[in-house]
Order: sequence, then C-alpha cells, then structure tokens
Amino acid sequence: MHELSIVMSIVELASAQASRHDASVIEEIELDIGCLSGIEMESFDFAWKQAVKRTILENARRTVNRIEGRALCLDCNTDFTMEHLYDGCPNCGSHLSQIRSGKELKLRSLVLPD
Amino acid sequence: MCATCGCGPNSHHHDHSHDHTHESSPGKKVVDVEQDILQENNLLAQRNRGFFEGRNILAINLVSSPGSGKTSLLERTLTDLKGELSFAVIEGDQQTANDADRIHATGTKVTQINTGKGCHLDAHMVLHAVQGMKLQADSVLFIENVGNLVCPAMFDLGEQERVVVISVTEGEDKPIKYPDMFHSSTLCVINKTDLLPYVKFNVEKAKEYARKVNPQLEIIELSCTSGEGMNLWYEWLKSKVLQPV
Repeated sequence: MHELSIVMSIVELASAQASRHDASVIEEIELDIGCLSGIEMESFDFAWKQAVKRTILENARRTVNRIEGRALCLDCNTDFTMEHLYDGCPNCGSHLSQIRSGKELKLRSLVLPD
Repeated sequence: MCATCGCGPNSHHHDHSHDHTHESSPGKKVVDVEQDILQENNLLAQRNRGFFEGRNILAINLVSSPGSGKTSLLERTLTDLKGELSFAVIEGDQQTANDADRIHATGTKVTQINTGKGCHLDAHMVLHAVQGMKLQADSVLFIENVGNLVCPAMFDLGEQERVVVISVTEGEDKPIKYPDMFHSSTLCVINKTDLLPYVKFNVEKAKEYARKVNPQLEIIELSCTSGEGMNLWYEWLKSKVLQPV
C-alpha cells in the first residue's frame, strides 16, 4: 500500500504550491501516472479518499493522465507498447529494452481560485 | 527541527522549482507545477548516496517477501566475513527489534527502524538512521528493507546495489508477479537451495522469468543453512567493495 505514501507526497507538494500562491483551496489537480510506474489505481483511489480528508485537496477535482508504457528494443530498435515489465520485443523477442515512457509519476498542474 | 534536512514536528517541503501560472477561466488560476511526486525522496536518496560515496561505504538495499531469509543471509555473511570486511546494518520492520537483536548477536553495529504501519523504508528514514550510526569509511552497510516485494521498489534509499532475495519455498513466478522489484534490482539471490529436493520450485524457470523482467540481473543460488553457493555471494560482495568510487 505504498500508494498511501504517494498520495501523502502529493498532498504535501500541492499544499506547498497553494500556500505559495496564497490559496486556501485547490479546485483541480492534474497528475501523470504512467502504466509502468508501479501504482495500482484501485489502491491509489482508496488511499486518495482517505488521505485528502481535511486537507486542501479534499474537494479538488482530480484528473489522472495514464501514460502508456513504451519501450525501445536495444537489439532491433523497434519501438513498442509495453504493458508489463516482462514484455519482450514483438519483432525480435528480445527483452533487452529501454523504457521510454510509462514510469511517470508527476504533479502536472493545479487550478486555484484567483 | 532537524538541522540536516530541515524536518520538524510538522511536515516539510523541499520544493524550489519555478512554476508558471496563467488564467484559465475568470476567477481561476492554473499553476503548471511539473514536479516529480517522488522528488523529495529522490533528493534525500541522492544526498545519502553522496554521503556513502564520499566515505567509500558500499550501501546495499536488501529486499524480499517476508521469510525469504534476508536476516539469515546477513547473519551468516557477517559471521563468515568478520575480520575481512567491516559491516554495519540498518534493519527495517514494522514492529519489534527482533532482527536487530539477531544482527547484534553477531557483534555488528546495527540500528532498527520501525516503520509502524509503513510498508517500506524511505530515504528520509535511512538518513536519520545513518546520522546516529557513526559509520566507518571503507565499509559495507546493509539496509534490510521491510519484508514486502511490492512497496519498497519505488523508493530509492541512496543504495549502490539493490539485492532481491527469493527462496525456493516460494513460487518460481515471483519475478513476473512482482516485476517492479526485479526490474530495479542488480542482483537476485535464490535462497534455501538445500530444500530443492522437497519442493516443486523450478530454478531454471525462475531465472528465465527474472531475466525477462531484467536481462542484466545477476543471479546467485545459495543456501544459508548448508553454505552451498555462499562463496559466490561473497565474491560478488567483495568485487563491489573493491570497485573504486
């Protein structure tokens, strides 16, 4: 349930941003969570409900961009969709690959009252 | 307040990035933050890493499910290599100092971290543990993480090597069931090989799965009980210690 630590980090980052802009409430929050980032979305949603209670994010509308996993095969240079970390290259079968996207775990933006 | 990382009784922030704001609709302001959610942990991990490198301390993060034999591997290693290398250990568990007591009995310096409800160690916990330890230069620091094959994977502690331990009493498909841990590790130890005659574990299949997730992963089979394969682990360890930093 590391998703709880992740949500708590988001609350900390977002609160720091809000206080810098003298906002007492966050209306919207946008996150990037890659499909290979190791976040289980069901656990994340559960943790979110609990961890944002009585915080500045309690009533924020949340948008999560799920970034597709993509990798580059280091043997044949094929760029392919990686659903699981153990997926091999669909062209040559090699498992020697470089992940190009899908590991994102990022606070993109906030919408605050002006 | 902590003088090193600035943490106090309340939570603390290490954000110094420059954000950009623009109007979206009347009465609203959009702030482009673009911050990595793990950045605080990653910054503290890099700080730990610098500390270790400056003192030529080889920090090893030991991860596994509960019961794979991390503590047994340490007990045997600390006893067998006593006099050859100098060691210190950080033990991570949710509760009790039982593991620290076992390490202490080998005569090795040890600190126990109890995470309470926490399911993994993080760089901040390690930073504070290290502050109280007076670590020797040119030594090996084992950080035994909380027994959990999922959560510790995402948290860099500042280690040089991450060693994942599995045992033959588990399923050989552990590497593909919990790929994140195997993907982020540099060495996989397959422990309890003395039990192979009694269990269905297929070693070759386990290695194949592990290499599918991480083709660069080194794999050592051993038994802390019989001692079989321990020499390979010791060779690996010494090769890492001798590496110039």
